Amino acid sequence: MPASHSAANASDAEHLLTLYRTMARIRAFENAAEETSRGGVAVFGATTDKTALVRGPLHLSTGQEAVAAGVCANLVRSDYLTSTHRGHGHTLAKGADTTAMMCELFGRASGTNKGKGGSMHIADFAVGMLGANGVVAAGIPIAAGAAHSAKIRGSSAIVACFFGDGAINRGPFLEGLNWAKIFELPLLFVCEDNRYSATTSTDAMTAGEGAAARARGIGIPAETVDGNDVFAVDAAACELVARIRSGGGPQFLHALTYRVKGHVSVDAAAYRDQDEVETALESDPLKFASRRLAALGVTATSIAEIDAAARSEIEVALAAARAAPWPEADCAYTDIQETGAGQWH
Amino acid sequence: MNYAQAACQALAEAMRADPRVVVLGEDVGRGGIFGQYRGLQQEFGAARVIDTPISEATIVGAAVGMALTGLRPVVEMRVVDFALCAIDEIVNQAAKNRYMFGGQGRVPLVARLPIGIWSASAAQHSQSLEAWFAHIPGLVVVAPSTPADNYALLAAAIACGDPVIYMEHKELWAFEGEVPPLHTVVLGKAHVVRPGTGLTLVTWSKLVHAALAAAEQASKHDVSVEVIDLRSIWPWDRDLVLASVARTGRLLVAHEAVQAAGFGAEVAATVAEELGVPVRRVGAPRIPVGYSRTLEDMARVSADRLLQALLQFAKSGAHRRSMA
Repeated sequence: MPASHSAANASDAEHLLTLYRTMARIRAFENAAEETSRGGVAVFGATTDKTALVRGPLHLSTGQEAVAAGVCANLVRSDYLTSTHRGHGHTLAKGADTTAMMCELFGRASGTNKGKGGSMHIADFAVGMLGANGVVAAGIPIAAGAAHSAKIRGSSAIVACFFGDGAINRGPFLEGLNWAKIFELPLLFVCEDNRYSATTSTDAMTAGEGAAARARGIGIPAETVDGNDVFAVDAAACELVARIRSGGGPQFLHALTYRVKGHVSVDAAAYRDQDEVETALESDPLKFASRRLAALGVTATSIAEIDAAARSEIEVALAAARAAPWPEADCAYTDIQETGAGQWH
Repeated sequence: MNYAQAACQALAEAMRADPRVVVLGEDVGRGGIFGQYRGLQQEFGAARVIDTPISEATIVGAAVGMALTGLRPVVEMRVVDFALCAIDEIVNQAAKNRYMFGGQGRVPLVARLPIGIWSASAAQHSQSLEAWFAHIPGLVVVAPSTPADNYALLAAAIACGDPVIYMEHKELWAFEGEVPPLHTVVLGKAHVVRPGTGLTLVTWSKLVHAALAAAEQASKHDVSVEVIDLRSIWPWDRDLVLASVARTGRLLVAHEAVQAAGFGAEVAATVAEELGVPVRRVGAPRIPVGYSRTLEDMARVSADRLLQALLQFAKSGAHRRSMA
């Protein structure tokens, strides 16, 4: 049956190319953000450089692109998403505009958040992205509420809640999972396990069998996948999302990936074993997907074109962000509260 | 109608008028432990009057998620002390979301965080922490003193588009009073509950009643006290307070909360800065509330203590500046 095999290959290749394109765009965004953040924050021994365009803590998802791309491929615009402090990939994959995102990182008025949030609080409500969060695990209760709200309002929207491996040791993880299960909410929990809690190995700080086992202990079905294999993430998310949409209640995806960069962009992460890093780089999600694409008959030129298009898109975003206006001083006094607006002292 | 029933009526009316209003918290289905939700689950169902686990962080966090996606949740925290388990969700999430997301999301939620010393409940069930929340940009803070105000202010809080920290007083639940039909109060507006000429006494919550008693006693000593119920702690009614003190020339601000770094310090400092008149504060000493009756009383601000403060202040040689 060579003909149907070939058709299946073509269809798989097309789908994988879509996923690859999202990953390439995230990678290009993260690389550009990293480059423009040099000197942006005094931490981990780095000193500040006032000319840095992206300032403050910048948490890169480089190497974790497959989780964002694979999960978000199974969401629609009206679905909701909550993210972490490492949220660029989720935001982009949910459909946010990269120019508006880059403007936000640059602190400009045309940013997604008008320059009020920056990288750590990036949000785009127009595409259902309810915000990155500067507090570990804090998105989990909010996601539970968004899912609860969808259920109460009779909406068909579901919620994808991304959090890291460090989050499973915080109270809101237990509370939020228990809540989602007792109310049978349309909620996909995604533990994006990059193995590090800031600069500490999560393994050393986590008792028991880990994220998926904890979810199962609460009665939430859990799948563990290779989070660097975008096909595997996509397939698992597809199944879990289908269960949620058909009223199956909350589901849990534990995606095993690796944080290629440090905790923040200026963290060299020298506390890690170099062998560990090199091994991890071998399973880089873009390389991994490229190999799969080649096996499906996609040419190296086609892949290179996608990479180049992603870089061009981000070049445009960077140029726009550099030229974008700063927020007016008055903006410091807007979007705070309606009641008592004007009473600042 | 008592203070708890007044709140219940306001909530029921809001839920009838607006299907977006939902209630969530521990024990609300059975009416709440103070009866302030009595009958609501029977009328509106368990999907809108939601019994929750003892998960304060997620009660508030979920309310934030609900508010961001089109509902108007009313959150039950039982006592303010328990809300400290949800301080991230109140301070970093509810209060900050609108600003840090550049106005994309609003958080119209009401969090009921009852304050005050109550029935020998000791150190973890008796605090008055209104100043903590007044300190946080993004939050509205309300502290009603009567059934009428509890009715009107809760209605206003639910109608308001901001996160509101709604602080009822636990010793007022059974307090009876008239609730006039169609009674409304604007958030941020104080009112004069007793006019006077010699001194302005600003207070809120349960202490309003002690203040009225003290003012009555003071009048027998020829000290005329104007008592202002602040009603809203943030925004607070600077104009009304400043106008009153401009007439009387002196300000005493009193609250049940610990005096040090209490909200009274903010009121007193503002009045001193704006008018240059003498100011005084009365609040609890900086001690935890003890269980034993004798210890608990040490943390209370009584009408007698207020009277002594009023009389001493009135007779003090402090410079008095006429603002006429």
